[in-house]
Amino acid sequence: MNKMTRQFEGYSFIGLWIIGFMAFSLGPLLFSLIISFFKWSLLDKPVFIGLKNYIDMFKLDPLFWKSLKVTFTYAVVSVPLGLIVSLLLAILLNLKLKGMGIFRTLFYLPSVITGVAAAVLWMWVLQPDFGILNYFLSFLGIQGPDWLGDPNWALTSLIMMSVWGSGGGIVIFLAGLQNIPQLLYDVSSIDGATKFRQFRAITIPMITPSIFFNLIMGVIGAFRTFTQGYVMTNGGPLNSTYFYALYIYNKAFQDLQMGYAAALSWILFIIIAVLTLLVFKTSSSWVYYETERKG
Amino acid sequence: MNIFGKSVTYAFLIISSFVFIIPFIWMVSTSLKEPGAIFAFPPQWIPDPFLFQNYKSAWTIAPFQQFLENTVTIVVLTTIGTVISSSIVAFGFARLVFRGRNVWFAILLASMMIPYEVTIIPLYVEFKLLGWIDTLRCLIVPSFFGAAFNIFLLRQYFLTIPYDLDEAAIIDGCSTFQVYWRIMLPIVAPALVTVAIFQVMNAWTDFMGPLIFLNDQRNYTLTLGLNLFRNSYLTEWNNLMAIASLVTVVPLIIFFIGQKYLIGGIAASGIKG
Repeated sequence: MNKMTRQFEGYSFIGLWIIGFMAFSLGPLLFSLIISFFKWSLLDKPVFIGLKNYIDMFKLDPLFWKSLKVTFTYAVVSVPLGLIVSLLLAILLNLKLKGMGIFRTLFYLPSVITGVAAAVLWMWVLQPDFGILNYFLSFLGIQGPDWLGDPNWALTSLIMMSVWGSGGGIVIFLAGLQNIPQLLYDVSSIDGATKFRQFRAITIPMITPSIFFNLIMGVIGAFRTFTQGYVMTNGGPLNSTYFYALYIYNKAFQDLQMGYAAALSWILFIIIAVLTLLVFKTSSSWVYYETERKG
Repeated sequence: MNIFGKSVTYAFLIISSFVFIIPFIWMVSTSLKEPGAIFAFPPQWIPDPFLFQNYKSAWTIAPFQQFLENTVTIVVLTTIGTVISSSIVAFGFARLVFRGRNVWFAILLASMMIPYEVTIIPLYVEFKLLGWIDTLRCLIVPSFFGAAFNIFLLRQYFLTIPYDLDEAAIIDGCSTFQVYWRIMLPIVAPALVTVAIFQVMNAWTDFMGPLIFLNDQRNYTLTLGLNLFRNSYLTEWNNLMAIASLVTVVPLIIFFIGQKYLIGGIAASGIKG
């Protein structure tokens, strides 16, 4: 086969994706950058205003800062919490005891309910007077708050909900744990290592790639949180759950400020890109891959 | 492990799985209650009587039949689209040699970082120009151009197949497309199932896409319908929970059938421990 036909053949297979990438990813991404320099309501002609959208955002828009803060807080608390819970449960599920399959399914189930169904379900669970959460708290003599209606508790409620749905991570951790050679444990116990020491010196280093994966996915997911804020609280009360993605949506499709919303979305893109790169760059110092043993 | 350790482990697992599962039970239990029993205190765990007609009445209060049809249309077409297109592209990346391949593959990996939220505003404008807004096309057509993560996943599978196979088939007179279609696809069938499962789950639960691209109630998906239903002041919790349960049934069934494919897919994407 000659060179030309090879080229042609290769591109006829991947060409489909290249077209789609241009039309539905790269094109829109660049277009979004362009309209971020315009004032545009979608109904009238766009007006070029340079960097004004960005300057206004940083200087004059308290809601921009508020939504950033809400989203950061949510990410910083919910992601590590979810990781710890799912890792702990995965370690227990990895013990060779009877009935672990059933427990695995039980922990995983909640992560199957996502989006609007989960949002609606949790609105009922968190209902202040008849919800079951406050019912269980009353056993402990605690008068539970009006979870979603109280600015001090609304974000906490959504964090609880995200930990509840973190079962997907359990599966990834389990896969990681099951790949650790039993030999390492056998040898180290002959050498007199305690269980705790084994956990610290074998288990944790060996599953860092899984932790790494879950961390990246978790952080990106947290920054894209939208449905909970939109369906359950509409950003309230007092903007305490005003997620960044919700702010973009409202600016674009409620206020029809397309240029401003595009500028907001580019900031989100930069944040996600920087975080992802940061996690990748620093990973070599704390992620242990079996194939690249270091001295 | 000694008997004490075992009992502590089991006790912990039972209590924590109870915490995980209780909202679920609460949802189904509420969905079967009569209106008067919803606000009973202490809560009634086992509905008395079981009102199965809640499901029927909730289903008919809003046009859920229509919402279901729209959702199924989107789910079926996007799944077919993404499985076919992603596997074609993945085959190209894994089995064919041509100039620029690695560069494009690097771009593909980088493109996974572009969040939907960033492209959705210009996409809205684009679809508006095309006259697609308020049609299911906005949600279906892009899936026929391959999805980066799926392409990546399938490429990993294609790479594990020995190259002798391609060569033997070509000597026997297969064209490259026939190698893809008749030799490779059957081998990677389990991975195609994984991709299909991911896509069904995503399309079934997608909210932001439909919210932005669909306006007319006739075009609503189930998730939009559920949100609409929640906003209505006439809606009782039992009806709402009935719909929430029904919407959850499909992902549940898929989860139970597809467990091993999901786990296999995660393992194959190269996350090892």
